[in-house]
Amino acid sequence: MGIGRRRLKQYIPLYLMMLPCAIYLIVNNYIPMTGIVAAFKSFKVTEGIWGSPSVGLKNFEYLFSSRDIGIIIRNTLLYNVVFIIVNNAVGIMLAILISDVHNKSLKKLYQSSILLPFTLSMVIISYLVFAFLSQQNGMINNSILIDNPVQWYNDPTWWPVILVFVNCWKGVGYSTLIYMAGISAIDRSLYEAAAIDGAGKTKQIFRITLPLLAPSIITLFLLSISRIFYSDFGLFYLIPQNSGSLYNVTSTIDTYVYRSLMAPGGIGRSAATGLLQAAVGFVLVIVANGVVRKVDASNAMF
Amino acid sequence: MKEKLSYRLLSHTILLLVTLAMILPMVLLFLSSVTDENVLINNGYSFFPAKFSLGAYQYIINYSEMIMRAYQTTILATFLGTTISIAITAMMSFAISNKGLPGRKLITFFIFFTMLFNGGLVPSYIMWTNFKVVDTIWAYVLPFLLTNGFSIILIRSYFEANVPMEMYESAKIDGAGYFRIFWKIALPLGKPILITIGLFTCLAYWNDWLNGMYFINAPRLYSIQVLLNKMSANIQATLTYANYNINASDAVSVPQTSIRMAIAMIAVLPILVVYPFLQKYFAEGIMLGAVKG
Repeated sequence: MGIGRRRLKQYIPLYLMMLPCAIYLIVNNYIPMTGIVAAFKSFKVTEGIWGSPSVGLKNFEYLFSSRDIGIIIRNTLLYNVVFIIVNNAVGIMLAILISDVHNKSLKKLYQSSILLPFTLSMVIISYLVFAFLSQQNGMINNSILIDNPVQWYNDPTWWPVILVFVNCWKGVGYSTLIYMAGISAIDRSLYEAAAIDGAGKTKQIFRITLPLLAPSIITLFLLSISRIFYSDFGLFYLIPQNSGSLYNVTSTIDTYVYRSLMAPGGIGRSAATGLLQAAVGFVLVIVANGVVRKVDASNAMF
Repeated sequence: MKEKLSYRLLSHTILLLVTLAMILPMVLLFLSSVTDENVLINNGYSFFPAKFSLGAYQYIINYSEMIMRAYQTTILATFLGTTISIAITAMMSFAISNKGLPGRKLITFFIFFTMLFNGGLVPSYIMWTNFKVVDTIWAYVLPFLLTNGFSIILIRSYFEANVPMEMYESAKIDGAGYFRIFWKIALPLGKPILITIGLFTCLAYWNDWLNGMYFINAPRLYSIQVLLNKMSANIQATLTYANYNINASDAVSVPQTSIRMAIAMIAVLPILVVYPFLQKYFAEGIMLGAVKG
């Protein structure tokens, strides 16, 4: 007992050092977790979350009886699937190409420019997109489609393509870098041996590079799967300028949670949607991590 | 050999096109900001403007008060956020990197669980609103961004690998020694990881517009990103509202089409200036997994 207490006493400075961060995590992360009961309440501002009357599963019933839920889940899942495929495919291609560039300064130029959009905020990117697509002043309507301009922000036709493009533009530097790291770990003598045996570039890519990259590809893929129920709020809210006529193809779970929260009387269904997202997300993380562990334990999160 | 040449030709063509695709939108942003307002209204944003003008920038300088204030807010929030974040994150990471610490496993799980589950937007929104952070600088600093499990675990692993265990042992002899070891040994040794994580934190604060959208109503507290976001919705109202000293006839002459691009240009300028020097750290941070893809 005495020894235990003395042992603890030695560590008091360490516990003190933890304190600010621990308090922050309790406030910022744990207290809101208890707030998920809001999903089962009819929220009244004056009563707060705990004082508001319980309504059981009413919020969920309301949510699942509306046609919105189908649209937002469809959009969230489909966009994520396409994002994962496009960003990884383009990333792998660019990583292979950049890794083969011998000129140091060109290599640096390519790498820096691909990573640049990664540093920009979605607000700035929404301005860049607006410069191209604005209906009155946009570059595309005024310089290219002069005779038959498109009402970009009212016409949903092209938005799936635009969003996939913008997402790739912003995010592809990330996957490119990850795959470049994977490629640089591959033993160069494998390629030399293959070249001596007469294997062309295409053959080298398919027989050496891709098989050896497989563990990183699978890991990155699984980690993205675990986030498949989440979407980049800024991408889906700001880039389409929050335009109502595009909601069918731009609404995701995250934009729905925000719009419901801001709508009068929408807090209940917003909280219910948020809880649904967090719960499914939790299961997916656990499952995805379990699979990563099986494939390559060193890449597992836990 | 022939195949090799054609491969290299194809490769450089693709890479050059990609590089252009990455940079041209920035070029269009810049050109639009220095194009004459009437030309913009007639010909739209263009890579080949018929007439240049610094009207938008002149307007910004004349009525710079609003933008300067927004800049100050962004800088203050970024500075406070990054400093506090690094301080509390590094201390936590240092503490849990000590293998002898009683309760270490439990505390690590406590941190880890925040990465697996969250309460969602609604409870957080209601809570921070109740804490009266609304319309204060703390609305930018405190909610969501200050620290996260990912950074804590990354810095902890770095300390575990780089701070020798004997240091902790020697610190045990006199209790206060931990603070000295943290300050004198762990922080200098951890510099690379702290710079990398700090850089991403700094960028996150500089680019953040969500906290502003949730918790800021007062125009005098708009950060540069929030200002741009509000302006995108209604440029006239934002400019008039934020410049309470501007009179109605002046407000009409706002070069609306070019000024939004000019303000966006001013907002990205600091990033463009420091980017070439810090690009190396960005790349390293991504390799470390410092950002959740």
